[in-house]
Amino acid sequence: MMLIPCPWCGPRDESEFHYGGQAGVAYPADPDALSDEEWARYLFFRDNPKGPFRERWSHSAGCRRWFSLVRDTVTNEVLR
Amino acid sequence: MSQAFRTEAGGLVDRGRALAFLFDGREYEGHPGDTLASALLANGVHRVSSGIRTGRPRGIFAAGVEEPNALVQIEEPFPEPMLTATTVELYDGLVARGLRGRGRLAADPDPGRYDGMYAHCDVLVIGAGPAGLAAAAVAASSGARVVVVDDQIRAGGSLLGTGEHLDWVDRVAAELAAAPEVRLLTRTTAVGYYDDNYVVAVQRRPGLPEHRARERVWRIRARRVVLATGAHERSVAFAGNDRPGVMLAGSARTYVNRYGVLPGRRAVVLTGNDSAHDAARDLAAAGVEIAAIADLRDGWAITGVAGTERVEAVTLRTPDGIERRLEADLLLVSGGWNPVGALYSQAGGRLVHDPGLAAFRPDGNCRQALEVAGAAAGSYTLGVCLAEGAAAGRRAAEAAGLEAGAIVLPEVSDPEGRPPLAVWTLPGGDPATAFVDLQRDVTVADLTRATGTGMRSAEHVKRYTTAGTAHDQGKTSGALTSGVIAELLGVEVGALGVTTFRPPFTPVSFAALAGRNRGMRFDPVRVTALHAWHEANGARFENVGQWKRPWYYPREGEDMAAAVLRECWAAREGVAMMDASTLGKIDVRGPDAAVFLDRLYTNMISTLAPGAIRYGVMCRPDGMVFDDGTVIRLAEDRFLVTTTTGNAAAVLDWMEEWLQTEWPELRVHCTSVTEQWATVALVGPDSRRVLATLAPALDVSRAGFPFMTWRDAEVAGRTARVCRISFSGELAYEINVSWWDAVALWEALLAAGAPFGITPYGTETMHVLRAEKGYPIIGQDTDGTVTPHDLGLGWAVSRKKADFIGRRSFSRTDTARPDRKQLVGLLPDAGSLLPEGSHLLTGPDETAALGHVTSSYHSAALGRTFALALVRGGRDLIGQTLWATLDDGVTPVTVTGSVLYDPEGTRRDG
Repeated sequence: MMLIPCPWCGPRDESEFHYGGQAGVAYPADPDALSDEEWARYLFFRDNPKGPFRERWSHSAGCRRWFSLVRDTVTNEVLR
Repeated sequence: MSQAFRTEAGGLVDRGRALAFLFDGREYEGHPGDTLASALLANGVHRVSSGIRTGRPRGIFAAGVEEPNALVQIEEPFPEPMLTATTVELYDGLVARGLRGRGRLAADPDPGRYDGMYAHCDVLVIGAGPAGLAAAAVAASSGARVVVVDDQIRAGGSLLGTGEHLDWVDRVAAELAAAPEVRLLTRTTAVGYYDDNYVVAVQRRPGLPEHRARERVWRIRARRVVLATGAHERSVAFAGNDRPGVMLAGSARTYVNRYGVLPGRRAVVLTGNDSAHDAARDLAAAGVEIAAIADLRDGWAITGVAGTERVEAVTLRTPDGIERRLEADLLLVSGGWNPVGALYSQAGGRLVHDPGLAAFRPDGNCRQALEVAGAAAGSYTLGVCLAEGAAAGRRAAEAAGLEAGAIVLPEVSDPEGRPPLAVWTLPGGDPATAFVDLQRDVTVADLTRATGTGMRSAEHVKRYTTAGTAHDQGKTSGALTSGVIAELLGVEVGALGVTTFRPPFTPVSFAALAGRNRGMRFDPVRVTALHAWHEANGARFENVGQWKRPWYYPREGEDMAAAVLRECWAAREGVAMMDASTLGKIDVRGPDAAVFLDRLYTNMISTLAPGAIRYGVMCRPDGMVFDDGTVIRLAEDRFLVTTTTGNAAAVLDWMEEWLQTEWPELRVHCTSVTEQWATVALVGPDSRRVLATLAPALDVSRAGFPFMTWRDAEVAGRTARVCRISFSGELAYEINVSWWDAVALWEALLAAGAPFGITPYGTETMHVLRAEKGYPIIGQDTDGTVTPHDLGLGWAVSRKKADFIGRRSFSRTDTARPDRKQLVGLLPDAGSLLPEGSHLLTGPDETAALGHVTSSYHSAALGRTFALALVRGGRDLIGQTLWATLDDGVTPVTVTGSVLYDPEGTRRDG
């Protein structure tokens, strides 16, 4: 049971959170400018590293705030 | 004779009281403080069970959680399977029997109560042996919040088995129990070690009245953890090492010292280390004759074990190679000691092989805030265990910013010992009777077969032979298995390693994990304001998410089909009403609310005038339909949107996610108001007249209150918002009132509608009515691979808006394919009701499916059965015949458009 630092509520049990996948995948500013392949990469392709990974979480059973953190996917350690 | 093997005196059992119990149908007696195993041994019972594969007789092998053999089924007071006799605390009236592997679950609900507890602490000490007690006492002296868990009925750990320094144990335990910031939990087994020092422990609470929890699951978050989990002894693989009467030497010592029980009369000892010599000394002092001590370090060995139900004789081989047969009823074995590393491994730590220790021990480099002390760290002398525990407790207190004081430790002088010798197998005899895993009946022969097929990893051999996979999880056999494999492969055991430990450390009952969350508490049940009326009027309910919704209202003698036909008929030809309160309702407000909804819905929302309503579809960015509903514009900066019942929370989450992560510049707030508004759908040609009766001030005329508009009005004397929305194609209204006013509104509608035969209807009728009109239900007629165009909702997809979620995907080659699955209607030629999920084939003998049935009903209005289906290129197949699969063959169906009733929409305005 990871202890996840909510920026508003402080460290809380993992079970209060909802996972949001890789962080920093912005909605394209002009989707029409993208080829089908580029659009498909936005929709379907995400990194899956062994090690530090910047990802999104939502404190869904608490304050409902979305935020990003960096987690080591091997140790589950929250790095920042 | 009763308890013939009980010593005259000594031990930690209460000899003043006798406890009667039944085992395998025979009556025995024991004492408080006994386990079932010690009480059986006191009565001379060694054979408890049989090998799961071999059927060979099996006895009591150990004295604690590591027991692989003595599986029992508790029969009374409540059936519980797969316990070990060494962990069942004896109580009066216990009824048990030996188990060959598998047990029997109770057929009745467990009457016992179970509960969950949460604790936070500075220091969690796992294990109350010498190291753990020292750690806890030092940490507690700092004022730190300390939790100590131990699986035995009293603190002491290995000292209970050796009988040493029990006065010190009792004093420290009493001090800990009295300290205000300390919680000492006995009968509590730490079973799981998870991320960030989250430890789960199960506490047994026998002997309490039934209303008190039998077990508690403790969920403990600790700043630091001290693992003082001790060590388990292991066996040696030799032919006949599974016979009842073969016992771990340290366990035999525990039976003598702690329970005052003699495990036999005449013993042979086989060992590769010093500890079994201490055991032999204690057994001899208690009256057991020691026939021989065969020390592997001096070249002694065992070549044979005689006896089937019980050891009768042991054949020794002397260092000179001479074989000698000795009569004995007990064979004590010590192949060495393994630090209990399961929790350390669960915590993410690695176990490394220590040649000096001849065992695997924690590498001392775990990323979690823990340390290991005492035998768990590989320190097997008492003085070192005490010192390590005290040091660990001091560091743990310091980590919490506290300073520990001094405590009194017992005076001990650790003896100079000889180093242990790791011996995994002994030659001679049949390797198919040389067991490594007694509970899975895995032998040296099995391991030889596995390595013979080319397996080189302990993990592979484990899965092939099942060694270590029984419910003891290889506590006594894991290291031995690795040792034997290494020997077979000719590699160092350290290079091979041990298999990974995973939670739980000991078996946990589902009842304990469920705690109070059983039955009604398993999941919240949500009911509407009208629930009591529905119940009182005979509604059958269906579950929609967490909601209980009226499904249909059967009258006397009606089955479901008859009730639904009657309800449908009323809605189409008279007037009917439904509780629609479970629809999700979200209040969206702010200066940018219209911009926000334009981006979220496929159609244009910003052009909607206050007072008007629009149907809207939401997609995911991949263009697949996610939800649908209506959007009501309350004011320039305020909307009320409805969602499907099951998706209400998901839609609110979806809105929040986009607002927070992509469009933080939008000034919009979203609030769930599902349970603030109760909603009644009033449906049918006569609905206008019923509404007019109750809302005399409201202009209900066609021109005065057109389709897809809303009005604030007084209905039945209550403040209401009335929407002209139809989910059936009929003239219809949705009347929204405060949740508190729902019953008054409902009853007023019933009274006002009585002259028109107003009929309450449930979700089944709602589904039939909407399906007749080809309105899809998101989640029933869609499955996350369906676009609005596939559903025939292309009209609801804006071509004017610059962008909205999903738009770009509609021009992907995949979503533009003409042969996508499309929603169509089906008319079964033979009039049968198609099962939902039926596959649709192009011919009676074809096997490739073009699609499947998503909804299927009897229609009162059409006078026949019909269905909706997703069919590849379906709109081009209208008028053609397909074949639907049934349980026993196929049936022809004609493809139609999805709107089967009133396709011109003539009934909408009454």
